[in-house]
Amino acid sequence: MSDSSSLTTSSSPERPPLGRARSGPFRPRFWDGWRLFALATAVLVVVPLAVVCVSWLTPAVEIWQHLRQTLLARLLLNTLWLVVGVGGLTLLLGVSLAWFTATCEFPGRRFFSWALLLPLAMPTYVLAFVFVGLLDFAGPVQSLWREWFGRDAWFPAVRSTPGVILVMSLALYPYVYLLAKNAFQTQGRRALEAAESLGCGAREGFFRVALPMARPWIAGGVLLVLMEALADFGAVSIFNYDTFTTAIYKAWFGFFSLNAAAQLASLLVLLVFLLVVVEQRLRARRRFATARSAAHTTRMELQGWRAWGASLLAGAVLLVAFGIPAAQLSLWALAAYAEEFNTRYFGLLGRSVALGLAAAGLICLTALVLSYAARRHGDPLTRGLVRVANLGYALPGAVLAVGIFIPLAAFDNLLIDVAANLFGLRLRPLLQGTVVIMLLAYLVRFLAPGFKPVDGAMHRVTPSIDEAARLSGLRGAALLARVHLPMLRGGLLTAATIVFVDVMKEMPITLMTRPFGWDTLAVKIFELTAEGEWQRAALPALALVLAGLIPIILFMRHAEK
Amino acid sequence: MTQTVLELAGISQAYGSHLVVDNLSLRLEKGRIGCLLGASGCGKTTVLRTIAGFESLLAGEIRLNGRTVSRPDNTLPPAKRGIGMVFQDYALFPHLSIFDNVAFGLRKRDEGEKIIRVHEMLELVGLKKEQHKYPHEISGGQQQRVALARALAPRPDLLLLDEPFSNLDVTLRERLSLEVRDILKAYGATALFVTHNQHEAFAVADEIGVMSGGKMLQWAGAHELYHRPADPFVASFVGEGVLLPGVVRAGGRVETGLGVLQGDFSAPCVDECAVSVLVRPEDVVHDDDYPVKAEVVRRNFRGASILYTLRLISGDLVQALVPSHCNHAIGEKIGIRSDVRHIVLFPRP
Repeated sequence: MSDSSSLTTSSSPERPPLGRARSGPFRPRFWDGWRLFALATAVLVVVPLAVVCVSWLTPAVEIWQHLRQTLLARLLLNTLWLVVGVGGLTLLLGVSLAWFTATCEFPGRRFFSWALLLPLAMPTYVLAFVFVGLLDFAGPVQSLWREWFGRDAWFPAVRSTPGVILVMSLALYPYVYLLAKNAFQTQGRRALEAAESLGCGAREGFFRVALPMARPWIAGGVLLVLMEALADFGAVSIFNYDTFTTAIYKAWFGFFSLNAAAQLASLLVLLVFLLVVVEQRLRARRRFATARSAAHTTRMELQGWRAWGASLLAGAVLLVAFGIPAAQLSLWALAAYAEEFNTRYFGLLGRSVALGLAAAGLICLTALVLSYAARRHGDPLTRGLVRVANLGYALPGAVLAVGIFIPLAAFDNLLIDVAANLFGLRLRPLLQGTVVIMLLAYLVRFLAPGFKPVDGAMHRVTPSIDEAARLSGLRGAALLARVHLPMLRGGLLTAATIVFVDVMKEMPITLMTRPFGWDTLAVKIFELTAEGEWQRAALPALALVLAGLIPIILFMRHAEK
Repeated sequence: MTQTVLELAGISQAYGSHLVVDNLSLRLEKGRIGCLLGASGCGKTTVLRTIAGFESLLAGEIRLNGRTVSRPDNTLPPAKRGIGMVFQDYALFPHLSIFDNVAFGLRKRDEGEKIIRVHEMLELVGLKKEQHKYPHEISGGQQQRVALARALAPRPDLLLLDEPFSNLDVTLRERLSLEVRDILKAYGATALFVTHNQHEAFAVADEIGVMSGGKMLQWAGAHELYHRPADPFVASFVGEGVLLPGVVRAGGRVETGLGVLQGDFSAPCVDECAVSVLVRPEDVVHDDDYPVKAEVVRRNFRGASILYTLRLISGDLVQALVPSHCNHAIGEKIGIRSDVRHIVLFPRP
């Protein structure tokens, strides 16, 4: 580093530490590259939203008449049941399990404390087809049942509202569990001691102190669950349980009406929006500060039947949500191994992995640039753009598929028209039938889970670290390579892992926007389960479950530190 | 007639194999404010948590108003002890308003009584106007006072305070410690608090127990701790000064590098016995007419006075607190004499 540059660096102390790298005679433009990039990613989220809303300008009258007569009431009712049922059951399971593992002592607590997260590795649709396969008329359980109790013995219908609610709750309760446990652990104990010193017993302490204090976290967990439930496509398809996501799919690929699909999608967006508003309302103005956790925490020793009751509850949930399904999947996979484990399978696996890697790379890069943009410009506008860019996670995959396909197809057609009219060229569609549409949809949907760890790591690179590095002569690329990237590596790796696995498991976007021949594991599972081929679907499903275990293991190792 | 509220009889407590409280006893009378003073890790907070009932005992007994509440085989739950506690981080309930926080311990009273009591407490701590706010909306000092009001509201027999001022900045800490003492005294509360800061202990407590390594070294008032420490550790932990080596001579005199000291001894000593003598900075008087000279090796300007560290001819170091108009540079030689009336000495091994 030359002397003159070090002089200019140190001679302008009034300059903000993270100011623009060059200070020339010209004032930098307001819309520099960073802000433009943030704007572009925000637009990417807004466009699909706008597209599905604008679709009402040209109502698909005939299809809507049909929908209103036959389907709409059922869609709304089904969705309502799903929200109430899954919300209630995950709340009950997640909060009670979190309370026991976070504040009590009972046989097996340490094991259950992390093992109860395992169901996160199982995509909802995988759990769904395993349950249906196990419990439907031809399945092993009902066969045994008939053998014992006779041919006409009553058995609850699996493909029913309670069935969907149960399966979805078992797959999604870990979100509530994780957040509630976090809340109970970080602040429950000390506050409970305060309550005790004021004459509160354990039960009263739970209802009057711990539960209300954990409410923002619990509400956040339930919101996540409900967003997943509303966005779910695979599980409800397997249960033949009509919701907006399946209706969107049918409108597009059954009635071939993209317009009707977009209109249905806008209704789904409205529901998600309502959910977010309700959650914000529940939080009200109570912004809870996190207290430091006590250094020496004592757990409540559960005695006698209570202790065994806690173990039994945790064991039963774990067994039903993960143990039995994993075992059944392995058995099926073993039986189908000889036929299914072939080059076709490797093709599916390869495409899933390729899409996951491509999306992970794209999203990590986007998250990195966005995070730098937010670091450079702390103004409300840039922060607002970054926040909007991260809202895509709330958009169900089915909505995004429609909302991104429509404008890109329109762009293609425009291009073809222009080329034909002006230059007499006959172009082929540029974007349709490529993976670009898929990747853009993934980017919108999974930017938030990728941005969070990257931005978290970026916050550790404080301005004084930059200054210290500059003082020792590092600038530009050297600063990036020797200080920033090593500090960001952990966050980028976490982001890449999470996105990779999420994209591999993703179903509706892949199914609806994939180019011809781009079948992936998730698509194959959809096709096989549509025909009731549980056994053949097991091998692709097992690959997804194994991939899903990776981020959980990473997370647990991180939590232990 | 005085009434003993709290009595610890030889309590011990361990985490695993590590003994954190070692055979500790103390007694606190009604209306008195006691303090456990010690460095972090000396076991003082554990004593407090044991009294509250959050930890069980390894040995000994805890009695509240004559009733045994903790024995190694039996721990009365905290909720049934009638003890109030102010936590280091206050542990205010973030989901409740200030009013509801203070009312939390009163839920068995009827509504009218509750409101009167809460208002009374908020009046006492001067926060009546803030009652509808939430904990995160008020300052740290205010939170501290809410925690105090909340703990006092159910009229506990004993109030425990765990490092109550450590989360506040220095200026606020001093003001608030005096305020808390006034509040406790106005209320006639019996209280025991824990701190590592001797100025807080001096400002607030009637009786102070110095702890080290889980043991209680001395339990006494501030004046006695400072002037008659029972133990070399207490002597050096409380206040400033040095332990100067000396030899006891016949006729109640001690020969030290500072000259021959004469006065009453803190402990009986046989002649010719080697001792350490506690010399506080105010015991060394700057006097240029005096023949004993010492070299200035360090100076610590404190505004009204300067704390000099001086090397005696014997090579020993002493400290002297000198009015700040006597300005001397490092390396200068100044005359000093000792002004010791009561001689605190400890036998030297």
